[in-house]
Amino acid sequence: MAGSAWRSLISRVAGALTAPEYGARQLSNHVQTVTLIPGDGIGPEISTAVMKIFETAKAPVQWEERNVTAIKGPGGKWMIPPEAKESMDKNKMGLKGPLKTPIAAGHPSMNLLLRKTFDLYANVRPCVSIEGYRTPYTDVDLVTIRENTEGEYSGIEHVIVDGVVQSIKLITEEASHRIAQFAFEYARNNQRSTVTAVHKANIMRMSDGLFLKKCREVAENFKDIKFNEMYLDTVCLNMVQDPTQFDVLVMPNLYGDILSDLCAGLIGGLGVTPSGNIGANGVAIFESVHGTAPDIAGKDLANPTALLLSAVMMLRHMGLHEHARKIENACFETIKSGKALTKDLGGNSKCSEFTNEICRRIQDSD
Amino acid sequence: MAALRHFLRSTQSQLYPQISLARRPLCTSPLVQQAEPGKSDGAFHVTMIPGDGVGPELMHSVREVFKAADVPVEFDEHHLSEVQNMASKEKLDEVLASMQANKVAIKGKIHTPMEYKGELASYEMRLRRKLDLFANVVHVNSLPGYKTRHNNLDLVIIREQTEGEYSSLEHESVSGVIECLKIITREKSNRIAKFAFDYATKKGRSKVTAVHKANIMKLGDGLFLQCCKEVAQLYPKIQFDTMIIDNCCMQLVQNPYQFDVLVMPNLYGNIIDNLAAGLVGGAGVVPGESYSAEYAVFETGARHPFAQAVGRNIANPTAMLLSATNMLRHLNLEYHSNLISDAVKKVIKQGKVRTRDMGGYSTTTDFIKAVIDGLHYRHSY
Repeated sequence: MAGSAWRSLISRVAGALTAPEYGARQLSNHVQTVTLIPGDGIGPEISTAVMKIFETAKAPVQWEERNVTAIKGPGGKWMIPPEAKESMDKNKMGLKGPLKTPIAAGHPSMNLLLRKTFDLYANVRPCVSIEGYRTPYTDVDLVTIRENTEGEYSGIEHVIVDGVVQSIKLITEEASHRIAQFAFEYARNNQRSTVTAVHKANIMRMSDGLFLKKCREVAENFKDIKFNEMYLDTVCLNMVQDPTQFDVLVMPNLYGDILSDLCAGLIGGLGVTPSGNIGANGVAIFESVHGTAPDIAGKDLANPTALLLSAVMMLRHMGLHEHARKIENACFETIKSGKALTKDLGGNSKCSEFTNEICRRIQDSD
Repeated sequence: MAALRHFLRSTQSQLYPQISLARRPLCTSPLVQQAEPGKSDGAFHVTMIPGDGVGPELMHSVREVFKAADVPVEFDEHHLSEVQNMASKEKLDEVLASMQANKVAIKGKIHTPMEYKGELASYEMRLRRKLDLFANVVHVNSLPGYKTRHNNLDLVIIREQTEGEYSSLEHESVSGVIECLKIITREKSNRIAKFAFDYATKKGRSKVTAVHKANIMKLGDGLFLQCCKEVAQLYPKIQFDTMIIDNCCMQLVQNPYQFDVLVMPNLYGNIIDNLAAGLVGGAGVVPGESYSAEYAVFETGARHPFAQAVGRNIANPTAMLLSATNMLRHLNLEYHSNLISDAVKKVIKQGKVRTRDMGGYSTTTDFIKAVIDGLHYRHSY
C-alpha cells in the first residue's frame, strides 16, 4: 500500500521533462523559493499547516507569499496581479490553496486565469486509496491526466438566434500531441505500465478522433508502455465497478474534469486528493482542488490533507524525494492511526491538532 | 401542429395522473394509447431491432421467455447494423415504417464504428433523430439479493438525447484544428425539463436535480439550466436542485442516496447512465427506455454492444428482460409484465443462477431456463 502510494505520487518526471535546467538546481542542496498562494476561505489555515509541517521536516523550501485577485489591466483585460506573476515567473514553482470564484458576470474564474497565464496544459491527479479512511472502494491506484487548455473549455460560445446556443469544442493537433507525450513520459518515469486514452470518438468522430490519433502516434514511440483506448462511458461504468483495472488515464478537458472528480470520490473526496498543474517553460503549480469552505473558515476545523499531499507532489517534482517521503508517511500514518483526525475524515480534532500530530510523527522519524 | 401537440401534452399531463396513469409507467402522449396496434387480432405488434454484439442473443432470450409466458406480442424483426454491412437508407426506412405502424420497439445497441468515413452521424443517432426520441429514461434500481458496493439505490436518470454534443457538426477550420459544435436550444431544453417534472409527478417522486456545467459553458448549459429553473416553477410540489456534472459524479460514488430524479443534456446523460449502472451491477442489469411524443423504444440502460461476448453464451439478459417487462407494462399487459419481472427478480434473489458479470458461472441459456422455470412455478398456482 505505502509502496504503491509512494510510486504514484512521484512526479519528478515532469520536472525532468519540462524544465531540463532543473537537474542542476536540485543537485545543489540549497533552499529553493516557492510562490505560495494561500487562497481564500480556509486557504490561509491550511497553508499555515503546510508551512509548519515543512518547517518541521526541514524541507529546503522558502515561501514567497502572494495574494491573487483578478484585476483589470489596461484595455479592460482581466489579469492576475503583476507581483504574483513576477514571483511565479522567477520561481517557476507554486503552491496554491482554494480560490473563490465570484459569480459576478464577466469575472473569469481565477483558476482559469492562472491556467491561461502560465499555459498550464496538463492537470495531474494521482488517486490512491488512503489506509484508515474507509470508502466503498479499496486499492484504488490510478492517475488522471487531463488536457487543460482547450476542448469544451475553449470559452467560445454564441447565441445564433434567440433560444439556440452554439458552444465550440476545440481540439488541436498540437495540444493533443503535447498531452499524449506528457502522459506517456509520466507513465515511464513513474514505473506505470499502462496508459488509457479516454475518448468519445464514436460520437465526436473528428475532434475526439484527432485526439485519439495523436495518442496512438505517441504510443508508437513508447513500446514499453501498454496503450489502451476506451470510451468515456465504458470507463465510467468500469471505474465504479472495479477501479483497480486502471493505471494512467489521459483525456481531453471536460472528460478529465469529470473523471478526475469521480476518481477523487472513490478515495474519499477532494479533501484528500492532491493535484498538480504542469505548464510550458517549466512552470508548475500544485494545488488543492476543494472549495474555500467559507462556513468553517477561520474556525481551525479545515482538513489540510489535500494541500499537504499536493505540496508533497511538488517536493517530488523538485527532486526532493527524501523530504517528500518523510512528510507523506507521517500524513498517511496519522490518518491510519485514526487519532487527531479532522471532522471530514471522521474524527473530532482541530486542524492544528491534526497538523501537530503529523509534525510529531516527522520528529519521531528523525 | 407541433404547438397543438405541445398544448395537448401539457393539458394531458395535468389531467392524467388522476385517471389511469397510476398503473402505466410512463406515457408522454395520449397518442400511444389510442393507436395501440394489432388489437383486432389479439396480439400486439412490436418492432424488434436486435442491433449488434450480444443484441441478437438478448432478443432471443426475450422471445423464449415471452413464448413460455404466453405473452400476446408479435415481433416484427428488422436488422440494422453498421458493422455487419446492414445499414442503408432503405433499411432505416424499413425500420421507420415498422415503427410508424407499431409505435413500440425493443432494441439492442447498434454499434458505431470509431473510424471516420466521411459520415458524422451514426445510424443509432439517425434513428433517434428520425423518431425524435428525445428523452432517455434509465431507472437505476438495486436488485434485491445482489450485493454491490452501494445497495438499495433508487434513482432515475433522464437524458436529452437529440442535441448537445451529439449534433454531429464538426469541421476542420485549419489543418490540425477541429471544431466540434455543441448545440443547446431552448425548445428542447424546455421539453426535457417538462418531461422530467411530469415523470416525477406521475411516479410520485419528490426531487428533480438538473445536472450541468454552466460555470464553464455559461451560454449553452446556462440556457439548459435556465429552462429547468423556469419549468420547476410550474411544479411547486417537486423540489428542484442543480448540480455541476463533475461534482455530481463524485457525489454518485460517495453518497448516491441523495438523488431522486436527475435531468441533463446529452453527453452528461451518457456519462451518468453508465456510472449509475455500474453502481448497481453493470450494463447487464439496468433497463432503459427512450420516448418521443409518439414512440417508445425499450433497450438496455447502458448501451454497449459487448462484442467480446458474442456467441459465448455468457451475456446477461437481465437488463433486456426487465426492459421487456417495462414494455409490456407500457402496452398495458400488466399481468405478463409482473409475471416475468417477478420471475427474473426471483432468480437473482436466489442467487443460484448468475451470469459471469454478476460473479456466477451460469450461461445465458441457464439463466433463461431458470426464469422460465420460475414462470411455470407461478402458473401452477
